[in-house]
Amino acid sequence: MANRIVVDPITRIEGHLRIEAEIKDGKIVDAFSSSTMVRGIENIVKGRDPRDVWAFVQRTCGVCTTVHALASVRTVEDALGIVIPPNAEMVRNIMEGALYMHDHSVHFYHLHALDWVDVVNALKADPKKTSEIAQSISKWPKSSTGYFTDVQNRVKKFVNTGQLGIFANGYWGHPQMKLPAEVNLLAVAHYLEALEWQKEIVKVHTIFGGKNPHPNYLVGGMACAINTQTAGGLTAERLAYVGQLLQDGKEFIEQVYIPDLLAIASFYKDWAGIGKGFGNYMSYGDFPTNGYADMAGFKFPQGVILDRDLSKVHDVDHRSSEQIEEFVNNSWYNYSDGDDKGKHPWDGETNIKYSGPKPPYDFLNVEEKYSFVKTPRWKGMPMEVGPLARLLVGYGRGNKEIQEAVNAALAHLNVPVDALFSTLGRTAARGIETQLVANWTMEFYDTLMNNIKNGDERMANMDNWEPSSWPKEAKGVGFCEAPRGALAHWIKIKDGKTENYQQVVPTTWNASPRDAKGQRSAYESTLIGTPIANPELPLEIIRTIHSFDPCLACAVHLYDEHGKHISQVQNIESCES
Amino acid sequence: MSASEEKRNTYYESIIKQGYSRRDFMKFTTYMAAFMGLENSMVGQIAKSLETTPRLPVIWEHYQECTCCSESFIRSDHPIVADIILDKISLDYTLTLMAASGHQAEAAKQETMKKYKGEYILCVEGSIPLGDDGNYCCIAGKTAKQSFLEAAEGAKAIIAWGSCASNGCVQSAKPNPTEATPIHKILKNKPIIRVPGCPPIGEVMAGVIVHVVAFGRLPELDGQGRPKAFYSKRVHDSCYRRPYYDAGLFAETFDDKNSKEGYCLYKLGCKGPMTYNSCGTLKWNNGVSYPIQSGHGCLGCSENGFWDNGPFYERKTNVPGFSEGNSADTVGKVAAGVLVGGIAVHALAANISKRKEVKDRIERGIKNEQHIDS
Repeated sequence: MANRIVVDPITRIEGHLRIEAEIKDGKIVDAFSSSTMVRGIENIVKGRDPRDVWAFVQRTCGVCTTVHALASVRTVEDALGIVIPPNAEMVRNIMEGALYMHDHSVHFYHLHALDWVDVVNALKADPKKTSEIAQSISKWPKSSTGYFTDVQNRVKKFVNTGQLGIFANGYWGHPQMKLPAEVNLLAVAHYLEALEWQKEIVKVHTIFGGKNPHPNYLVGGMACAINTQTAGGLTAERLAYVGQLLQDGKEFIEQVYIPDLLAIASFYKDWAGIGKGFGNYMSYGDFPTNGYADMAGFKFPQGVILDRDLSKVHDVDHRSSEQIEEFVNNSWYNYSDGDDKGKHPWDGETNIKYSGPKPPYDFLNVEEKYSFVKTPRWKGMPMEVGPLARLLVGYGRGNKEIQEAVNAALAHLNVPVDALFSTLGRTAARGIETQLVANWTMEFYDTLMNNIKNGDERMANMDNWEPSSWPKEAKGVGFCEAPRGALAHWIKIKDGKTENYQQVVPTTWNASPRDAKGQRSAYESTLIGTPIANPELPLEIIRTIHSFDPCLACAVHLYDEHGKHISQVQNIESCES
Repeated sequence: MSASEEKRNTYYESIIKQGYSRRDFMKFTTYMAAFMGLENSMVGQIAKSLETTPRLPVIWEHYQECTCCSESFIRSDHPIVADIILDKISLDYTLTLMAASGHQAEAAKQETMKKYKGEYILCVEGSIPLGDDGNYCCIAGKTAKQSFLEAAEGAKAIIAWGSCASNGCVQSAKPNPTEATPIHKILKNKPIIRVPGCPPIGEVMAGVIVHVVAFGRLPELDGQGRPKAFYSKRVHDSCYRRPYYDAGLFAETFDDKNSKEGYCLYKLGCKGPMTYNSCGTLKWNNGVSYPIQSGHGCLGCSENGFWDNGPFYERKTNVPGFSEGNSADTVGKVAAGVLVGGIAVHALAANISKRKEVKDRIERGIKNEQHIDS
């Protein structure tokens, strides 16, 4: 009976995903990743005005809001040969930078921290010691004994009410929780502070895009016209507001997020040996400094690393059907000419065909198709994408700034480069790049202000706005590095309408089911070998899955030691009987 | 001890237990009253209500959605909303934020459904696919529909967050491949508050919750089930660019001279005249801006079927589905007939002293409007 565990669903992620894993001798020996929700947005945008598509596909995700809009406008601009003004490029960079700062911080504190931080244990902390720790790692002003005493009292009283709300039934007291009580208290205090702070940094989106979540974008540039002379557009006040928000955000990251990350990571160095995966990493590159066409000017370089070999970085070509293909061997879709071959996204199809078990069900049939996620491959190989991939590609490319940031973090934690290829490495990489992006975003802001100072107030290139100026047929690809990894959209335009549209998103790379050759994608691959201390509370699975910051909600099922399916929690009693 | 006999803390008790003072509590109720646009005399009533009302358990479900509603909810800027309301409503189940997963998460939900039967609020984020027997969205092996009906049974009231749960939103746009369906079409026998928007404004979401917990009753709803407090005015009616509309001053394209002057975006497809929402009054992210202020027309994201009423950048005078039965009113009438008079009246009201400028503007406005209608 002790083997029987059920986790369904995993929380603190976006969307609906389910993983079934097989445990033997206290370790995961196999895992199956499945997304159980589909909306068919790629089919919905067919036939629509390409200039409208960004708004539809932006709704793919409201957490990393902006990235699909950005990829989409870049896709349409690529198809129509539109070059946007430098100011619009900088505004897009600044918005994406603000997103990184927001999204990564929220991931760390509100989605991932409760895997490592024991909220209840914080009640045992000595606030004076917490204060000493806080002051030893950061100059953040909220660090007095009195402050942490107040936080602790508040948590204590909250717990005493008996209604724990979102903290009910957490993994408190789990043997894998290893932080001292004082560090737990520090993290709980910053959980609450980050919840307050996160609504500030997104105001950058509100100023440029009118709202957050889901700010507005525009094919050809951005809609927020600049007018420094009369009321009506972006004035010095609006721009100063952005500058202040970015500065405040950068301080929070430097003085709260990064010190906390390093402090917490230092207690979990064993996780540098868990969650390794297959070792292929891909980044499309992003944050143009000299126009989107000049990839050499990107802050994050593009490239592919194979088998952890940082000495060689391969180039990515989104247009090549030899390089990027999507497969549906194990996905609930059909291809019109058979499921055995892959398709380049320009020729991609989204023909939904569910063939899984009839709900309510306990288990998927993983011998057949088992997910709504397609399986993308680069030259036939699985790729891991995300913060770690970006930093490794940058490291491999010899980017000094990235190398220094990575080396500094490794030195601080006193771990070798190999430690990066892990659950801990993924979580640390996210923090390291947040710091980099926060710095770069200030540079983008300065560039924008300098452009305006020099008299360039253009924000949109409307030369090719009218469909009458478009070719009869065109195709384009647009990409960016979303917080969760490499993201690209492909469009075919015909007679002024969207003829075909495909999105290959970061979580498609990471969460997809295995391919026809049986090669696992990142989630499935990295779970293998993960030790499970208590199968009733498989915190370890959640840690590794959360280290990817999934854009999907997860449901995790485990098999018993004999590889036989075990019950879901809802049916556990009947299963035992 | 049976569930119903267990003592539950009132808002007031639990706030005091959390270390807040009576003064903090009164400040909070004052904020809330101000926030809801109530008179000072109502403060006492809110305070009394919170002091005696038991904590309200909330179950928050996620179906076909993008989580923008949850994200918007945590953007709510009210300090006490962030510090207290998120905890005070006892958010017992939400996939986005709760610490527990799987068995523990589901157990928390089951416990709330059992212990607070008939008393909890069910919030739904996302639409429910009915196509292919509901196979397009499964959670814990159940379809979204199965899960929804189960949670709805014991709910006191249901809140449909955002355009997905209220109207179906993007996944229900043509050809609606999964038969994405808003929840009021699936369940008829419970009160459903529809809070549309993609997403709704964070402060609107908090405001709806606060209304329910503070007054112990649902807010007054319009014919479409939307709280009148937030959806009774068109964006156009409260738009600071409205005078330009009335004066016939329009941006002709993006980043042109007129758009830099902040002129009306109607000709660039702004749906403000057909859209009922609080964007012009509350604005977004604690009043920082809203789409029109940032130079992009309103997409009409809180209106039923807005995705299929495009193209977005085309001017529309008669949009099917937009606020049916309401006064999508007369956008045509306003635009065509009333406008000339409107220009004169507004020009006077604005007390523009330069007569020539007024005359020029009126002429340009009429010309523009003729151009629009041509």
